[in-house]
Amino acid sequence: MEATSLPAASTAPPSPIWRELLGNYGLPWAVILGIVGYIVGHWVGVRITVDVQAQVETDQNDVAIFLGMIFAIFGWLGGLGFFSYPISRMLGRPPSHSEREDHGPWRYLRLCTDHKVVGIQYLVAVIFFFFVAGFNAMMIRSELTSANATLVNAGNYLTLVGLHGTMMLMMMSAGVLGPLGNYLVPLMIGSRRMAFPRIEALTLWLTVLAGFILLSAILLGGFPTGWTGYAPLADQARGGIDAYLVSFFLIGLALILVGTNVLTTVITMRAPGMTWNRIPIFVWGLAATSVLAVLAAPVLAAAIIMVGLDRTVDTSFFQAPEGGSPFLWDNLFWFFGHPEVYILALPGFGIVLEILPVFARKPLWGYRLAVAGMSGVALMSFMVWQHHLFVSGINANLRPFYMFTTELISIPTGVIFLNGMGTLWRARIRYTVPMLFALSFFFNFLIGGLSGVFLSDVPSDVTTHGSYFVMAHFHYTIMGGLVFALMGGVYYWVPKMTGWKLNEALGKLHFWTMFVFFNLTFFPLFAAGLLGMPRRVTNYNASLHTLNVFVSIMAFCLGASMLIFLVNLVWSLVFKREPAGANPWESKGLEWMVPSPPPVHNFDSIPVIAGLPYTYGMPDAPAVASLGPPRVAVPEGGAA
Amino acid sequence: MSAVAHDAGGPGEPRHGVRIATIWAVATAVCVPLMIWVVGPHIPPYNGSLQTKEQHDVNVTLASLAVPILLMIWVYFGYSIAVFRQRGTVIVDGPPDTGEPRIQVLWVAVTSVLVLGLAIYGTIGLLGASKGAGGGQGPNPLVKPENANKILQVQVIGQQWLWTYRFPQYGGVETPNLELPVNEWVAFNVTSLDVIHSFWAYELGVKADAVPGSNNIAYAKPLRLESFQVRCAELCGIWHGHMNMVGQVVTKAQFASWIASQDRKYAGVTKYLPPYAPYYYPVPLRRG
Repeated sequence: MEATSLPAASTAPPSPIWRELLGNYGLPWAVILGIVGYIVGHWVGVRITVDVQAQVETDQNDVAIFLGMIFAIFGWLGGLGFFSYPISRMLGRPPSHSEREDHGPWRYLRLCTDHKVVGIQYLVAVIFFFFVAGFNAMMIRSELTSANATLVNAGNYLTLVGLHGTMMLMMMSAGVLGPLGNYLVPLMIGSRRMAFPRIEALTLWLTVLAGFILLSAILLGGFPTGWTGYAPLADQARGGIDAYLVSFFLIGLALILVGTNVLTTVITMRAPGMTWNRIPIFVWGLAATSVLAVLAAPVLAAAIIMVGLDRTVDTSFFQAPEGGSPFLWDNLFWFFGHPEVYILALPGFGIVLEILPVFARKPLWGYRLAVAGMSGVALMSFMVWQHHLFVSGINANLRPFYMFTTELISIPTGVIFLNGMGTLWRARIRYTVPMLFALSFFFNFLIGGLSGVFLSDVPSDVTTHGSYFVMAHFHYTIMGGLVFALMGGVYYWVPKMTGWKLNEALGKLHFWTMFVFFNLTFFPLFAAGLLGMPRRVTNYNASLHTLNVFVSIMAFCLGASMLIFLVNLVWSLVFKREPAGANPWESKGLEWMVPSPPPVHNFDSIPVIAGLPYTYGMPDAPAVASLGPPRVAVPEGGAA
Repeated sequence: MSAVAHDAGGPGEPRHGVRIATIWAVATAVCVPLMIWVVGPHIPPYNGSLQTKEQHDVNVTLASLAVPILLMIWVYFGYSIAVFRQRGTVIVDGPPDTGEPRIQVLWVAVTSVLVLGLAIYGTIGLLGASKGAGGGQGPNPLVKPENANKILQVQVIGQQWLWTYRFPQYGGVETPNLELPVNEWVAFNVTSLDVIHSFWAYELGVKADAVPGSNNIAYAKPLRLESFQVRCAELCGIWHGHMNMVGQVVTKAQFASWIASQDRKYAGVTKYLPPYAPYYYPVPLRRG
């Protein structure tokens, strides 16, 4: 029906909201069919286990919960129209309307295969879940203002910790690959789309669903395992852990798919002239991340299936008395988990090295070394996972080896610092908001990296393992590294995505409050850990009370700083719109040569790439690409 | 310093590399002694045992090594941010350096040497006099104190949500209290009955995961007559935060009378306990 109304859209009155919402595949139907799917699946699960249930002592039926969630996934995807294309094609019909790239704001609530729409959908979803998880962190810090459980009880506290950790890890691992990766990779390599547009939309909607399924753990009684989900505790836990398992599985699946998509795009869709040594460093960072995602996430998915089987059909993968081993989860999880933290870190490196040359007005110093550094991090991250198990008693004789590999990984990481230092040498630095975030990355990540050296050293790790020292360390690397870089990326690229500038004064206020309160929140926690405060506890020594109250107050200020970011987004993009123009930063990158926001087809004709986009200070160097003559008449709706 | 090679650039240009190196050298000369002699003694853990002494020394050494690196980056970035800034509104490009290969090689070589040194240092600390530095070493420890089988054996049994201790050399008595003799090696044999816990005796510098179906051995030698806290360092379920108790390091004579009193107190229980074993399989875990 939309197809007929489109040409007359300017004159015809807008269709009623209920028709926009329900007259087509889209988010409302996805929610409805998801809930219906859950109810049907749960009912089927209860029916097929009715005989078994009589012998089980608990009131929760994991088979029913799992089946409900699996049906809900298919209901959700069906409601969005993911099955419409394959079914129409199987029946020999032309592709149905869900394949078209819609116009108007409603496409943001639908399956859309335009990589720019998906990128913005991703960004909104990631920011939404980032704030949900951040709110959990505020509740955790509220509880820790007293040395005993007062505001929330021990069980709810663990659920909060688990939701915060899992949500942040899930959303941040998709946090750059999803929004910035999908949006920018085609623009930066001179392509009109991603390699697999339907998969790109699928990863988005799986990620969104995973976020909501994880939140449903609250309804199922919460889960006590934190984001690490250690078995056999996960075998024993109540139904909330099923939500953790299904959502993390979906994120694993989304990571595999988005990694495949980005890798395939980078390998096969580059514009003519875009040789491997002309790829922007940000795209290199994402390619290295994608390799990690594709190789590590399947291990997580397999381990999660094992826990699911332990919980439903009584296999004993993790039950020592029945021949399983708790070490199995430790190994599988951290074999995924350590590459996972570099899935979080590497895009940050890419963003920072992409932003630095623009505002330093200098070429990226040591481009090849940076590529080698990122590849080295990606490769080595698979060889260090047992440093999470230094005191676990497994393979204790291999500890010197893992100590060595862990310290080895600081060589390629140190290279990123050298790139930054070289780029700043005798530069002409402009202190815009993206540049401030990029510079603060080095400050934070340095503290994160140097505290990591303590953790990699076994004698020191014996004290700090499982304490707040670890917690402070990974917040310095992930929040101080990735989130600061991501914020820089958002301030840098949102003008390109929307066509409107973000307010510079609010941005600077956001940066300075975030930077100061981030450090005041997490630096004291190194001391808390060294003084013997374990992670994930509601009650701690009274001697640490003042320290914790201080940290909590600083954390609330940090939370308030994030609200400034939100205010800035709404203010600049809704109320006080200021056009950004095609190239507000005077950057030489390819993505800045097209209008803001770019047209559906990105480039009028496929560009021909002439070199790296870092030719600052080289007046004779050609532009990064020649775009060819502009197309005279762009057909309505563009080409898929 | 990496900066010097580019200094030849402009004739009127101050020698930034020399300036940065000077600031860094002065700051390092001030801060490293501060870290070693002023801050260092306050870095936990303290001197409750041979193991915490080792951990303390490692922490001070690593912190003192971290200071020059931290200062190098901070001074460089601070100087660049202050000096290499765009003045005025006209955008001017900087010099087009794309990377000096010799500096890159030098940087990678220096970091490699540092990293190799750190790994060797850590390995020596691990395998040295502290015999594993208090960390769990699994069922067959790589390094052990002399007469490892004759020293005091304590089996630490983690269970939701309590620590109990068995003394195989004292008739296999099991007690929820813990006292240890001072200046004697102790072997902690850590295991669990249900899920993964982690035995953390903070003042003794001992941390070892308690894993069902596995015996994880850690050695410690308490040096001070003081109480020590035991906590759980691995999330083990709802009352994880409450798995703490306070132990006591006592003289050898006090320990002998304490263990005798525990023997008497729990004699009625001891006869129903399963025979001492490296680990136990109670009834299978209840599933979700």
